[in-house]
Amino acid sequence: MYAQMIKSTGQGVKSLEEMDPQERAFQERINAGGKIEPKDWMPEGYRKNLIRQIGQHAHSEIVGQLPEGNWITRAPTLERKAILLAKVQDEAGHGLYLYCAAETLGVSRDQLTRDLLSGKMKYSSIFNYPTLTWADMGAVGWLVDGAAIMNQVPLQRTSYGPYARAMVRICKEESFHQRQGYDIMMKMAKGTDAQRKMAQDALNRFWGPALMMFGPSDENSVHSAQSMAWKIKMNSNDELRQKFVDECVPQAEYLGLTVPDPDLKWNEERGHYDFTQPDWDEFFDVLKGNGPCNTERLAARNKAWDDGAWVRDGLMAHAAKKRAAKLAAE
Amino acid sequence: MSSPEAKPYPGTQAVDHGKARADEWPLFEIFIRGQHGLSHRHVGSLHAADAEMAIKNARDVYTRRNEGVSIWVVEAAHIAASSPEEKGPLYEPANDKVYRHPTFFDIPDEVGAM
Amino acid sequence: MSTAIIDPNKGDLFEFLCRMGDNTLVLGHRVSEWCGHAPVLEEDIALANTALDLIGQTTLWLDLAGKVEDAGRDADRLAFHRDVWDFRNLLLVEQPNGDFGQTIMRQFLFDAWHLSQLTALMESSDAQIAAIAEKSSKEVTYHLERATDTVIGLGDGTEESHRRMQNALDLLWPYVGEMFVADAVDEAMVAAGIAPDPASLRAAYDTLVNDVFTVATLTRPESDFGHRGGKSGKRHSEHLGHMLTQMQWLQRAYPDATW
Repeated sequence: MYAQMIKSTGQGVKSLEEMDPQERAFQERINAGGKIEPKDWMPEGYRKNLIRQIGQHAHSEIVGQLPEGNWITRAPTLERKAILLAKVQDEAGHGLYLYCAAETLGVSRDQLTRDLLSGKMKYSSIFNYPTLTWADMGAVGWLVDGAAIMNQVPLQRTSYGPYARAMVRICKEESFHQRQGYDIMMKMAKGTDAQRKMAQDALNRFWGPALMMFGPSDENSVHSAQSMAWKIKMNSNDELRQKFVDECVPQAEYLGLTVPDPDLKWNEERGHYDFTQPDWDEFFDVLKGNGPCNTERLAARNKAWDDGAWVRDGLMAHAAKKRAAKLAAE
Repeated sequence: MSSPEAKPYPGTQAVDHGKARADEWPLFEIFIRGQHGLSHRHVGSLHAADAEMAIKNARDVYTRRNEGVSIWVVEAAHIAASSPEEKGPLYEPANDKVYRHPTFFDIPDEVGAM
Repeated sequence: MSTAIIDPNKGDLFEFLCRMGDNTLVLGHRVSEWCGHAPVLEEDIALANTALDLIGQTTLWLDLAGKVEDAGRDADRLAFHRDVWDFRNLLLVEQPNGDFGQTIMRQFLFDAWHLSQLTALMESSDAQIAAIAEKSSKEVTYHLERATDTVIGLGDGTEESHRRMQNALDLLWPYVGEMFVADAVDEAMVAAGIAPDPASLRAAYDTLVNDVFTVATLTRPESDFGHRGGKSGKRHSEHLGHMLTQMQWLQRAYPDATW
């Protein structure tokens, strides 16, 4: 989900016999379910891959504040306002835990931020879609957080210790996110005609992009195979996407809403829902920068960074003055 | 902390884990003891201009204002670690804002697990 | 607080409660605008906490106001369906966020008053008000602490941060006076032993802010002239109307919906 543009050596996964002793010991530890910690030896590829994935995961949390942050000032009740604000605040917190995990690998948060702002690093494609009505707050919580949870729960068992621990903390907080979204959908779907229409419209717009969050089929991807061998990736994209569809359909049915897929059908033989693949051309367009909100999202993050420079510098300067005064007094 | 063979990440001044870079706020590790806890536990890290600010940031980031909580912050550079194995940070529930808890929302059973 | 307690009339008490709740409503809304845009992640989280506290306090004050009024209005009804002329917040809190310095200066100037007001209200003859004040004062103590630190940190930081904080102080100081001016509603609250005389809080306020300005190397503006019209509702600034068009829009556009 956050592994866009992550490339391995491209040479395919080595077998244990092909590895030199150091790498073999490393891989055997991973195979046995052990954790790799910051001070341990690790192949350069593992380290680079993790920096990219954790970094992009962190960026996704931060950029992910924007589509929902868009509705905080227009939330329709005091309670909804507080709940939405708490959720968006959580996303900032998640970004923070993940940046700190990435930093254990020798990269600074500021550098990761600069790479995001310059476009060098990516964030999850879903956040390039606009939130147009209050019902979108429901759809985003239900579908987008739902998809994220599906990806994040297995990541609690990822091989890199700091990443796994960040995921444990995040998963505990994430369940509230999905529930608050679904709660909004329930209220809207059983509300006035206008609210029902709003809810259906939100589902129509977010269904495809939510399916795209898992990434295109990676059955034949050499990069995915390496990530799986290293337990940086725990499931294939198709696996997760299927699981997501199977869970969402009854949830949509309960709401009395229609999933915008005319070919959606329960397949008794497979024991899963058959569904239409999302528009992968659209997905690659969005990755290239042509999504509805790519420009705005990056502009907002750049502005916050640039406008905030004097604040960061000022507080640092003050801390330095305090330190100097303390030393002088001793 | 990067493994010995690691090259610095492009664009990043290579420093030992936790050491402050010239133009960045230093990294602090955060330890929290909850109301009913007997000792401080490591919950994660954050950046701050100095230790005083780190404590306040920790209160905002890692406790969502639980009362009776004790916070220790240590600049990451000052931590001497002996073993490669670290105990994981633990979850501190936020009791004040009840809607942060999944149980606040009444999700019907028919809908499936959420 | 006077020892002879006179029961306030419903209208005055309702006004007073709206003043408290509208302050936290408007300021909470303003602070929440920063979510996703703050200078640094840790600050984003801290500001959101402040906003959440203020929104929580709003519900307490305005729900009580609705009960006192006894016309079937609750906090949401009051927040989302009154127009500008019915709002009773101070002019200070409706001022726009401006840059981060302006936001923090506004927070500091308000928190210093807010905490002293809440501390006095903990002794209120009205038990419900005293209870709300007690809970809120714990939160506001922290708000004031954080705002103070940031005012000092930026005031005595770099040349640029100092300049911006001084500009913010110069811009917002004319809104401080309103917090300490007593009118008929205040006099009724004093007579009822419910709330302190606003003027009685000024001396301690001055001491507190002067101390902070000194450490922050900021210069307190010479004139103590203060704009009025917010807490009386007689004349809000143009900013409030725009804010309400954002905040109230959904409820106004779909009046038959529940959310």
